[in-house]
Amino acid sequence: MGSNMAECHPVAFRWPMKAKLNGAKLIHVDPRFTRTSAVADLHVPIRAGSDIAFLGGLINYVINSQRWNTDPFFKEFVVNYTNAATIINDDFKDTEDLEGVFSGLKGFKEPDFWPENGNLGAYDNASWAYKRGPKGPGPATKDLIAKRAGPPFDDLVRSLKPGPAERDATLQNPHCAFQILKRHFSRYTPEMVEQVCGSPKEKFIKVAEALLENSGRDRTSAFAYAVAWTQHTYGVQMIGCCALLQLLLGNIGRPGAGVMALRGHAAIQGSTDVPTLYHSIHGYLNAPSALRPHETLRDYMAAETAPTSYYGNTPKFLVSYLKSMYGAAATAENDFGYDWHPKILGDHSHIAMFSAMGDGRVKGMCCVGQNPATSLNGQATRRALRQLDWLVVKDNWLTETATHWYLAPEVKNGEVKSADIKTEVFFFPSTQIAEYDGSYTNTQRMLQWHSFATKAPGDCRTDSWFYHNLAKRLRKAYATSTLPRDQGWKNLTWDFDPDPADPAYGTALYPGEISALKVLREINGYQTADPKQHLKGFGDLKDDGSTTCASWIYCGCYPAPDQNMTARREPDPPGVPGAHLKWGWAWPANRRVMYNRASADLKGNPWSERKRWVWWDPNFVNPPDPKTGKPVPHGKWVGYDTPDFAATKAPDAQPKPDGIGLDALSGAQPFIMRADGRGWLFVPAGLVDGPLPTHYEPHESPVQNLLYKQQSSPVHKVWSLGKPWNPIASVGDPKFPYVISTYRLTEHYLAGAMSRWLPWLAELMPELFIEIGKGLAQEKGIKNLDWVVVSSPRGHIRAKALVTDRIGVMKIAGKTIHHVGMPWHWGWMGLSTGDVVNDLTAWVGDPNVSIHEGKAFVCNVERA
Amino acid sequence: MVTITRKRAAVANEAMGFFTDTTVCIGCKACEVACKNWNQLPSTHGGVSEMSGDSYDNTRKLDGTHWRHVKFIEQFDGPYNGRWLMMSDVCKHCVKAGCIEVCPTGAIIRTEFDTVVIQSDVCNGCRACIAGCPFGVIDMNMISGTAQKCTLCYDRMGVGLEPACSKACPTDSIQFGPISELRTRAQKRVDQLKAQGEMRARLYGDDPNGPLGGLNAFYLLVDNPEVYGLPANPQLPTRTLTKSGAMSAATAAVLGVLALVGIRKRRIDEKEGATIDV
Repeated sequence: MGSNMAECHPVAFRWPMKAKLNGAKLIHVDPRFTRTSAVADLHVPIRAGSDIAFLGGLINYVINSQRWNTDPFFKEFVVNYTNAATIINDDFKDTEDLEGVFSGLKGFKEPDFWPENGNLGAYDNASWAYKRGPKGPGPATKDLIAKRAGPPFDDLVRSLKPGPAERDATLQNPHCAFQILKRHFSRYTPEMVEQVCGSPKEKFIKVAEALLENSGRDRTSAFAYAVAWTQHTYGVQMIGCCALLQLLLGNIGRPGAGVMALRGHAAIQGSTDVPTLYHSIHGYLNAPSALRPHETLRDYMAAETAPTSYYGNTPKFLVSYLKSMYGAAATAENDFGYDWHPKILGDHSHIAMFSAMGDGRVKGMCCVGQNPATSLNGQATRRALRQLDWLVVKDNWLTETATHWYLAPEVKNGEVKSADIKTEVFFFPSTQIAEYDGSYTNTQRMLQWHSFATKAPGDCRTDSWFYHNLAKRLRKAYATSTLPRDQGWKNLTWDFDPDPADPAYGTALYPGEISALKVLREINGYQTADPKQHLKGFGDLKDDGSTTCASWIYCGCYPAPDQNMTARREPDPPGVPGAHLKWGWAWPANRRVMYNRASADLKGNPWSERKRWVWWDPNFVNPPDPKTGKPVPHGKWVGYDTPDFAATKAPDAQPKPDGIGLDALSGAQPFIMRADGRGWLFVPAGLVDGPLPTHYEPHESPVQNLLYKQQSSPVHKVWSLGKPWNPIASVGDPKFPYVISTYRLTEHYLAGAMSRWLPWLAELMPELFIEIGKGLAQEKGIKNLDWVVVSSPRGHIRAKALVTDRIGVMKIAGKTIHHVGMPWHWGWMGLSTGDVVNDLTAWVGDPNVSIHEGKAFVCNVERA
Repeated sequence: MVTITRKRAAVANEAMGFFTDTTVCIGCKACEVACKNWNQLPSTHGGVSEMSGDSYDNTRKLDGTHWRHVKFIEQFDGPYNGRWLMMSDVCKHCVKAGCIEVCPTGAIIRTEFDTVVIQSDVCNGCRACIAGCPFGVIDMNMISGTAQKCTLCYDRMGVGLEPACSKACPTDSIQFGPISELRTRAQKRVDQLKAQGEMRARLYGDDPNGPLGGLNAFYLLVDNPEVYGLPANPQLPTRTLTKSGAMSAATAAVLGVLALVGIRKRRIDEKEGATIDV
């Protein structure tokens, strides 16, 4: 669901096809019958944007099924490995009680200093928390902060430990998470699914039965999703809903199970790990923010450390990160330079920044590896670009972004005159991936090193060259500044130049190029006193500045100067389970299945022989503790994969009363990154739009929400709300009666810079088209290959019609709804050209991650 | 540290070829691109072309510059109700090859791998093979001015590499290997599909006693061959040689007799005419 894997991830799709040849059943739930559907055993049509209704229907079906209620496996997994039994605060109110919203809903007012957040509302999540007993004795956090306690910061972390959460292992307490979710999803019946999603009831039931049949001790089922689950105003909740279902079915942490995030492009996983994203610093730590209690280093640690999970080590991750930023200048006395680190002011994501650009708040932009002139509400985006003083585009070709000022449709049609645009545009020719060394991180969190195959032509340079030399110049520019805000630049370490005397980290491929291996070393981490001593794993990290590590989750990928684990290419031989631990390197700690302690039962035995993955070997003879020299009792977690658990912690180990980090969890709590060691069915914190997934309609929808009075997510985002460049259709607007989804094709890549210029690819899909059903085509008198005009409140574009039965008509809430779809790769440059489909999309998005709603909105289609 | 495992080098005198399992084809066209890349074939109009409107097929056919071609067949009976067949097509490397029979210059040869290759430097561009191919595989490459088609990557096979298309195929829809092995594998797959209820599964071109002595690029289909644009009973251009030869001889004989009769009649007429007064 939410993925067209065969078309968008054809190489990875090799494995589902192998599984199919081995007898696996493949199901595709999608608004279109795609190349994935073509090879699936079952295709189920669904209206774009209604996935939570479908998944919620599956949850309701599963927990009321005979199999789930009689096979003891499901109860054992759910009661022990999830928070089903945890009691939620008495004052929590569900959508069942409040007609589609949760308790804590309040208004949102844009702050004057950054009025670009777009939130329509906000939740106070205090009432969603676990019901807890009294907190243990010990010094108060605020006193420790005032006293500037630490390093070590263990006392500070310990002071954060809350009282024990109340549980009811019988799952009967009406306030336990399971009973709440049971009531929450009770209205998601197969009949309701058919009404809301347009999916035939009998096909929906086939899916539910297939999942039940293929889950349990002996069998597992996996979900694969991609951006069709993210590009919504409730995309995070869709994915959460799937995780909830998979936890109920015992399909997490086990081989052949899970929720696979298929990334939008090759290194997008890397961009969250070593982030190019604004909201986090390396390794999924929240970016220091002016809006949160992040005033000092200790305030940040107190606000961001979950004391009773592996995240209890957050101070070690943070201090090692600050050492990588500020090197020798970062000391315990100056809180490791925490005050020099930039803080965010609010939403600085893509659309927020373009909204701000449109408001004249952004002076310049470096556009690298992106083609925004063809993205998200294209006309508004290009209008925003025209407000810039300067624009740098670094790409393989003169993209639409590089040429918008003289070739964009609004310039060609005379609405905008090039002479009136004040922006100075710079173009830098760029290398391609085969022309430099580096690594990329794939969808499985696996880092794979790649070496350059050929030198780039002419004056092309890498992105790393660009930023390396820019940073060196900026550092020079700030060197004499005495302003406090510039101290970060003055103290920044920047040791990426290759060292000719030391070939261990490689030589420069191009004049002025970095050493890619030195970057990898900084990400992996090293002993501060001796950068040649690389860290072997994140267990080595310290919170006193003695270790330097940019991204704790990557620690161990480069454990010695001559050991680049990411360059390994040794597959497992045929006939073994195939964790392929010697192929590349996957974070964390080369684990291939996360939370894999859940692949064994409470006692540490595999749930079944067939699904054996990681288990407890009670007879394993451990060497003495290397630090203390003391003997270690027998027993260790072993298996095909790297166990995702404390290696020698027995299944019956109890939490230490005074313990922090993993010591606070028992030997039977597999979800070590969660504060309670359990998978979350009910999400008490971390999501801004609710603790349980709830079906809302897309921001633009032809129908009323059939499930609740609340039409759309009460807290989602609309940027530039009310501004003329972001108009929105009202519910059921007769001018825009059709549901449209945008998507990608195998033949092209994203905004086209890597495909529309290549003759071999351009000829395969030479023109922009719209897929429309035969029924709509007949109604509108549109024949195959006719030119049509597609319009939304944001604009209109032309495309050729591809009339097909692979997309079509649905009955939604008793209304006949036509569904159409358009690939969005095109623009006016390159060999294969076409109108910009994103001229139709809106600046509307998800409140957790700020992604736009490109997968479900409304449009009209007329013959041109 | 990087180990590259090469497939074993093809042994000369062992028939090599393709088995294309259309049931696992995802229509990604990687085979088309890999083929063009390795063989450095140009794109239609340099890539600036128009969409065909025939499903996702925009290259339309095998010809002198498209040596691999993915077909898309939409079989639907109402919205969402049906199936979408995909098939990567290629030269069949017939055991009894029509193109070889009709080539007047000897440019088309059978290789040591039992594949069929057009030698561009010998081809004189007479186009006889285009008409002689029962599958419509061959066409002119206007850049070289010769007839061209898939070589089964003769140059790659010679150094122990598999052809570019099968190497690039992510789902192993295109499988390369010794024909005898491929046939066994293909039959197993048919049996598996039938056991799963796909009773339409069948092989096309796998039978050495069948048409054209079997195809060294054969297919697993789930419908009649015509649905995929394949002839149900492909024939050699020389298939009617004996019949047409006999007919020609008979015609010649009849014409000869008639001519003799004619000559004789004219002589008589001339003779008679001389005696007739007008």
